[in-house]
Amino acid sequence: MIYWLGVATLVGIYLIAVMGVSILCGFTGMFSLGHAGFMAIGAYTSALLTKNFGIPIFAGIIGGMILAAIAGALLCYPTLKLRDDYFIIVTLGIGEAIKLIILNAVNLTGGARGLSDIPKGSSFISVWAIVIITFIVLRSFINSKHGRNCIALREEELAAQSVGINPIKYKMVAMVISCLLCGCAGGFLAHYMHYLQPNMFSMVKSDELIIMVILGGQGSLTGTVLAGLLLLPLPELLRFGSAEQWRMVFYGLLVVIVILFRPAGLMGMREFTFKDIKNVAKWFRSEYSKKTTRNKV
Amino acid sequence: MFIQQFVNGISVGSVYALMAVGYALIYSLLNFTNFAHGISVTIGAFAAFFFLTYAMQNLLSGIIMGVIAAALLAAFIQLVAYRPLLKRNSKRIFLMIIGLGVSVIGDNLIIIAFSGRFRIFPVNFSSESIKIFGANIGVVDIIIFVVSMIALLIVELIIRKTRLGLAIRGASFSLDTTSLMGVNTYKLILTIFLIAGSLAGIAGALLGAKYTTYPSLGTFYTNKAFICAVFGGLGSLPGAMIGALILGVSESMISAYVSTGLRDLFSYFILIVILLVRPSGLMGKSSENKA
Repeated sequence: MIYWLGVATLVGIYLIAVMGVSILCGFTGMFSLGHAGFMAIGAYTSALLTKNFGIPIFAGIIGGMILAAIAGALLCYPTLKLRDDYFIIVTLGIGEAIKLIILNAVNLTGGARGLSDIPKGSSFISVWAIVIITFIVLRSFINSKHGRNCIALREEELAAQSVGINPIKYKMVAMVISCLLCGCAGGFLAHYMHYLQPNMFSMVKSDELIIMVILGGQGSLTGTVLAGLLLLPLPELLRFGSAEQWRMVFYGLLVVIVILFRPAGLMGMREFTFKDIKNVAKWFRSEYSKKTTRNKV
Repeated sequence: MFIQQFVNGISVGSVYALMAVGYALIYSLLNFTNFAHGISVTIGAFAAFFFLTYAMQNLLSGIIMGVIAAALLAAFIQLVAYRPLLKRNSKRIFLMIIGLGVSVIGDNLIIIAFSGRFRIFPVNFSSESIKIFGANIGVVDIIIFVVSMIALLIVELIIRKTRLGLAIRGASFSLDTTSLMGVNTYKLILTIFLIAGSLAGIAGALLGAKYTTYPSLGTFYTNKAFICAVFGGLGSLPGAMIGALILGVSESMISAYVSTGLRDLFSYFILIVILLVRPSGLMGKSSENKA
């Protein structure tokens, strides 16, 4: 039971980051391959603040969030004007650079040996409370004027600009939101694992975050959450020899298949609503009744 | 010491150039970054390693095996993943995402198949060296430089002198107009992937000869090569070569005189600085978002 509670906590932690990446990649259309780096900033900041200065964990996580957001804003501001592939490659560079800085700042972060004895503090309840709050806030953001402006930028930047949307401003908004959430997830991760190591935030992690968004549907928060809920527990369920590699192969295959046959992803641009649950229930019921009548015949 | 490091940098830079030219070729035609380039490099290295271990101990034939394997892989990826999307005329971002998916599959399948061990080529030159102007210069560096330059020269000749090259040059201006002139663009794109793949195969085999062969070799070095391509200007072949040589030399200087740990950080730092100061690179065209 405690084991599964732990798995659920970990899933919740990654869901926070995935939702942040969804705002940036799914809704604003800017693909990032370096958000694990911002998770690392959040994680290490929060860990060092709480460990060295005895600050409460809550404050430490907020500190990590703020630093991640500042780093994201500063680093990405110059590239926002450029084509999307430049943005991808600069985020990749930033992610790797952050990892390398952490690896080389041995006195502060412990380098490759890692940082241990981080205060414990992420419980199932606190993580999932944050997940639910984040979900509600992001939903209102998407439905607000600002969220719609982001979606307009994704669809057609020039048209959006011509109706008076400032592309730089809204791209920055999306970037800062995603960095805040990745920092938050990183902080929770630090206090859940009580041990940090730079390789926890490698490019593979960034790939994973973006794969969730692509599979869930670019432009569907519920789709992304559903994809996360389906895929994030997998590493815990599959525990054998080279399971980690097979899991990534599976993810990669899913991405290729989704892009080839259903580029919109699991949910496309639709949100999953209560009506859908009802429809699914109705469908199941009709299938069931069909089966029973067939049996009678 | 200085000459030694300089030669080392030139040899690493020429391998970067092989990979960066592959990026630039595909970018100049299709305007997207081929994220699946790295697995061609890795496969090239592994094909060369296995050929040298089990068949024949001759580096040149190992390189040729690497080229064949990598080119076939690149063509296969193009046929299976990119072509359906190109036919559908889908957004460029989807091409990049599918490339990312393919590279994730490839990297992990390689780890599963060959394990994450570091392997050393049985034909090893890293200990041999010759003395020129009082500096010890590794034989392997000279081999790498010569082979890369010959390969790049052949590609340059193909592009400048042949009918295929004419089609490539035309397509880099406008793919649609070239297809109106009677060029089978799908075949042309396949050829481009074959060329880029064979360059990647050479790069993989040479990297294996200089260092070791391991599954994440391709990803690590193609990231660097991509920085070179951006440095030179995305889509420009001479730019990619010059960028690669500059990055190779400055990396080896940094690791010799400052610190080995800071070398990779320096490369990524350079990337960010270029994008800040001159995003179109040394010889690139426009880098702003075109509508």
